[in-house]
Amino acid sequence: MSEAATRPQPQEGNQKRPEMRVRPTAPIVPPANVSGNALMFVIAIMAFLACLTYGAVSMVRATAASWQSQISREITIQIKPDDGLDMEAALRDARDLALTFTGTKDGTIVDRAATARLLEPWLGEGLDLDELPVPRLVIITIDEQNPPDFGAMRQALTETIPQAFLDDHRTWVNRLVTMARTTAWIGMGVLILVFSAMVLTVVFATRGALSGNRHIIEVLHFVGAEAGFVASEFQKHFLKISLKGSFAGGALAAIVFAIAGYWQNRTLATPESDQATALFGNFSVGVSGYLGIAATMIVIALLTTLTARFTVMRTIFEIDRIRSDPARTDDLPDT
Amino acid sequence: MGPEVLRDLTFDIPRRSFQFLTGPSGAGKSTLLKLLFLSLQPTRGLVRTFDRDIATIPRDELPMLRRRIGIVFQDFRLLDHLTTYENVALPLRVRGKEEASYRADVLDLLKWVGLGERINVLPPVLSGGEKQRAAIARALIDRPELLLADEPTGNVDPPMARRLLSLFMELNRLGTAVVIATHDLSLMDQVDARRMILSQGRLDIYE
Repeated sequence: MSEAATRPQPQEGNQKRPEMRVRPTAPIVPPANVSGNALMFVIAIMAFLACLTYGAVSMVRATAASWQSQISREITIQIKPDDGLDMEAALRDARDLALTFTGTKDGTIVDRAATARLLEPWLGEGLDLDELPVPRLVIITIDEQNPPDFGAMRQALTETIPQAFLDDHRTWVNRLVTMARTTAWIGMGVLILVFSAMVLTVVFATRGALSGNRHIIEVLHFVGAEAGFVASEFQKHFLKISLKGSFAGGALAAIVFAIAGYWQNRTLATPESDQATALFGNFSVGVSGYLGIAATMIVIALLTTLTARFTVMRTIFEIDRIRSDPARTDDLPDT
Repeated sequence: MGPEVLRDLTFDIPRRSFQFLTGPSGAGKSTLLKLLFLSLQPTRGLVRTFDRDIATIPRDELPMLRRRIGIVFQDFRLLDHLTTYENVALPLRVRGKEEASYRADVLDLLKWVGLGERINVLPPVLSGGEKQRAAIARALIDRPELLLADEPTGNVDPPMARRLLSLFMELNRLGTAVVIATHDLSLMDQVDARRMILSQGRLDIYE
């Protein structure tokens, strides 16, 4: 007798009905529900804000560094006109003397035309420099990493050309360095706050979304599922949610930076663009910025997944703890 | 700590045995079943399940022991997002079995409990009796060594109750120890089986 014949047969009418098809097996954790969708939105929003902050802070840091770098790359020798002073010779001597110091790279004399252009906004066109006691400038480019001895250079210049004055921009550089550092620290502080808010929001939103699934954890636990199995089912589910959410938020932030960068390039040399560049620097976040956005997405995905795992394990632990606490039997399912 | 629900009980559930557990509401039937299902530890005394003192079983060993026990919860505990078929197959799925290896068995069992036409239906659409049968099928699917059922025929008509009872007896004949908690005297009268009567925390056994 065949196995099918020995199995108990269901009650059926005379007419044979076609065999019913089983639908494709659904995941143990429901794929979409209100709390899951809400979590995805929360993750997307937090990822967007975190990535935006990260990009903005890296932009501010880059701008601060470039301010500092641009101004500290040059020093200026100023020569005041004086009776009997051959200005052109003095300019050449000053440049040559400065270039004898180690740590200098190049020297440029600001010629008469350039000096006139510099003064044009204040004194108008057609300026005759001979009529006015206008000081002349020599710009010396220095090696930022290995700057020359400014004190020795100042002394040598004063001894050779008493009318020369060396401006090493140290006062400005120091102020800018302080400001740049402060700006960078403020940026880091904002970044830490936003990331902390993101971590807390993601953790609590994940726990909130999981609390609606406690009955699933209980049933799985009571039909013999091991804690690791239950945790992995929830981990998979929450990993998908967090990847979708963080990708949406991160991609949106990347698009914002790409559009801002595109706008800046398109409107190059216009007053609006120049003002935006002066205030915020270049909108391009570069490869490191995009890598940071990707890292933020990974951090969020890991955070959500780990929170899901810990919460599930803790729920199972709670169920088992009730087991040894007879005062809490009301929390157990009715048998 | 609340009052003692059960005290001075001494009994055993022999392998391959069949018994009814009965008694008035509040007598402690559910508590006794929870103790047998390892979801509760006694405040004092000794409960041994599968030759293990349940008070000393480490947490990580509980799932393996629970796999040897089938349970029919009074409130069914079906997962609403899974179909009848998927709910019944759940214990096998969590054991890591391939669906192809159990599909025919699950479908056969569902037909036997009268749910052959409801395999793709979600629990919210099932009637109380259908949910109960699905819960019973889930408890039986892996042929447990011990089956615990609380009022398993409470929501079904007498013919289906007899049918389910014969299913429990068939399972018992194949080697499962069965404990059925019930108030239904007519159900108990259909089988010449051991009766455990709980009353005011005491247990009387009629072999």
